[in-house]
Amino acid sequence: SAVAITGCACSRTKTQRRHAAHFTFQPDPVPSQYGPTQKMNLFQSITSALDNTLASDPTAVIFGEDVAFGGVFRCTVGLRDKYGKDRVFNTPLCEQGIVGFGIGVAVAGATAIAEIQFADYIFPAFDQIVNEAAKYRYRSGNMFDCGNLTIRAPWGCVGHGSLYHSQSPEAFFAHCPGLKVVIPRSPIQAKGLLLSCIADKNPCIFFEPKILYRAAVEQVPEDPYTIPLSQAEVLQEGSDVTLVAWGTQIHVLKEVASMAQEKLGVSCEVIDLQTILPWDIETVCKSVVKTGRLLISHEAPVTGGFASEISSTVQEECFLNLEAPISRVCGYDTPFPHIFEPFYIPDKWKCFEAIKKMINY
Amino acid sequence: TWCRTKKESIRLLKGLFSKNHSALLDWVCSPSLLLTSSKCDLHRLEEGPPVKAELTREQGLQYYRTMQTVRRMELKADQLYKQKIIRGFCHLYDGQEACAAGIEAAINPSDHLITAYRAHGYTYTRGVSVKEILAELTGRRGGVAKGKGGSMHMYAPHFYGGNGIVGAQVPLGAGIALACQYQGNNQVCVTLYGDGAANQGQLFESYNMAALWKLPCIFICENNKYGMGTSVERAAASTDYYKRGDFIPGLRVDGMDVLCVREAAQFAADHCRAGKGPIIMELQTYRYHGHSMSDPGVSYRTREEIQEVRSKSDPISMLKERMLSHNMASVEEFKEIDIEIRKQVEDATQFATSDPEPPLEELCNHIFSNNPLLEVRGTNPWSKLKSVS
Repeated sequence: SAVAITGCACSRTKTQRRHAAHFTFQPDPVPSQYGPTQKMNLFQSITSALDNTLASDPTAVIFGEDVAFGGVFRCTVGLRDKYGKDRVFNTPLCEQGIVGFGIGVAVAGATAIAEIQFADYIFPAFDQIVNEAAKYRYRSGNMFDCGNLTIRAPWGCVGHGSLYHSQSPEAFFAHCPGLKVVIPRSPIQAKGLLLSCIADKNPCIFFEPKILYRAAVEQVPEDPYTIPLSQAEVLQEGSDVTLVAWGTQIHVLKEVASMAQEKLGVSCEVIDLQTILPWDIETVCKSVVKTGRLLISHEAPVTGGFASEISSTVQEECFLNLEAPISRVCGYDTPFPHIFEPFYIPDKWKCFEAIKKMINY
Repeated sequence: TWCRTKKESIRLLKGLFSKNHSALLDWVCSPSLLLTSSKCDLHRLEEGPPVKAELTREQGLQYYRTMQTVRRMELKADQLYKQKIIRGFCHLYDGQEACAAGIEAAINPSDHLITAYRAHGYTYTRGVSVKEILAELTGRRGGVAKGKGGSMHMYAPHFYGGNGIVGAQVPLGAGIALACQYQGNNQVCVTLYGDGAANQGQLFESYNMAALWKLPCIFICENNKYGMGTSVERAAASTDYYKRGDFIPGLRVDGMDVLCVREAAQFAADHCRAGKGPIIMELQTYRYHGHSMSDPGVSYRTREEIQEVRSKSDPISMLKERMLSHNMASVEEFKEIDIEIRKQVEDATQFATSDPEPPLEELCNHIFSNNPLLEVRGTNPWSKLKSVS
């Protein structure tokens, strides 16, 4: 009957509305300087980077839980068949073991690429990363190091991950000198940054925004190329407000920037930090000197989140240039919620509101 | 082999008596069986659980009801997930019901139990209604964790969940056992984990502490042969999980037979209560669904394998066949129970889909135990939410 059909449609729309993503992926223009490109999504660009690495570096090995069949996010599909089961292999379910083992492999001279299945599971390995990997070079007076180690982990909210499949733990690792922490926003960035991390002579943690694995599609160069670490990228120039983020949140901020331009006539400068540690202080400060206002946004809880480090450093360097207090639009100080996710994440409306307040300060 | 303790003629006599004497009759006539369970493999144990187990009619029907309820509840969760009414992660327990039912039959409600994320079965056996479980899965306020936990985080008195991080619940279980020992209340803690978790370092730390301090902890490994998509041969240097505790005695049990599980759990509980320290049990079981709802479950095992287990070792069918072949109950009685359970699950689904979601205030509640009110900072400095514990 007509009533039943209407009832059905209403509930479907409600469900669809509830489950819509909080961002729209905005692809970068096709890069011309790296050779022929191919349409790839994020996990395919990761596979491409790993493929290039295994081809050029005979000591490179990839290991982690379920990487052999391709990985739960399909980042390592085809690599085992191509390069052999002694180079791409599964580990048992033991994160501390995976990282500890990876450190050993790296110290002995091979290029180790360890995968932790979700960033939420990295904590059993925290001791190995912070106490062993990060401090190896320092404590041995440069005699040994595990610069050959790269740890990859899926990161960030995914719409339905709840407490243990949505965390963004970059702030825990940002507190540890000796490590590099890198988070890409798109396939082109991911491949370049991952290849830089692998080449870099320091232990690197590479967080991959899992919500972008399939959603982000771009034309990615097939040949290897690197994007420098510790260099923030100014995606869009502006004169009134500086917006800083990394990973998925960049796409939210890009939308916020166009909303601000349209509705408030405010010109925003959008910066992708890319490397969390060591972060590009110069680019961010130069931008704040120009605009006078700064908004930093991330999904992780606000207290102790990386925005606090950026905020503190910027006020030290650019105190007299600031027109308004620095805004941090971040997740609430709660565990990542199950049903409350849409309210928890710093979506475009919350960022927009923050810009309005800063402009009117 | 089996032997009857009551003769079939008594059933005829039952028919001759009036209903007024039914209580006495049930006691006199209720048939019970002494069944032979399959023998357990033992590690550092002189003798294992008794080979003959007694099953009364009431017990049989009780176990059947429990297992069938869990089965129907899991299948309903599967259905709701495919309709996107349940979202997130959902790890289903069908195929393994005998483990939950058997363990619960052997322990007291005052004993403690903790498990990993495949927890819906245990949530039910530990006393939470199907209604509250389904409402928690759909994230409603009527859920057992007020809708804040979801599939992997369900709790009840003396049931500590429901834990997402693999292996993290095992040291917790050892700690609960220490509390039991310290308080001298003769309770035990059943700590469950899977074949994947069996390779986590924290388990071995727990084994050491439990054995050193003789904690009343029953470590149970539910070996369903696959850790997500990895078969046990590819993950473990030794697949004799009951021996992995080394200095802790262990036994390996057929986890598809509810009676075997019960007898073994009873044996283990007695072992712990006697102050002999921890014990490890390996339950050899099988799950029909994939690891979670996003895993079809057939890329690492064949459909034939699943079918074979379903037809030869399904725990519910096995119990039903046994009871029917020994005339302990009739086909109609089982059908009646099935219909009752179906209705119960339908009602629970109705509740789970119509109950409202938790209010927004709940986002910030229960972070700390706080007095006075805590203000939770968040997205913007001017929008603070209040938290109550």
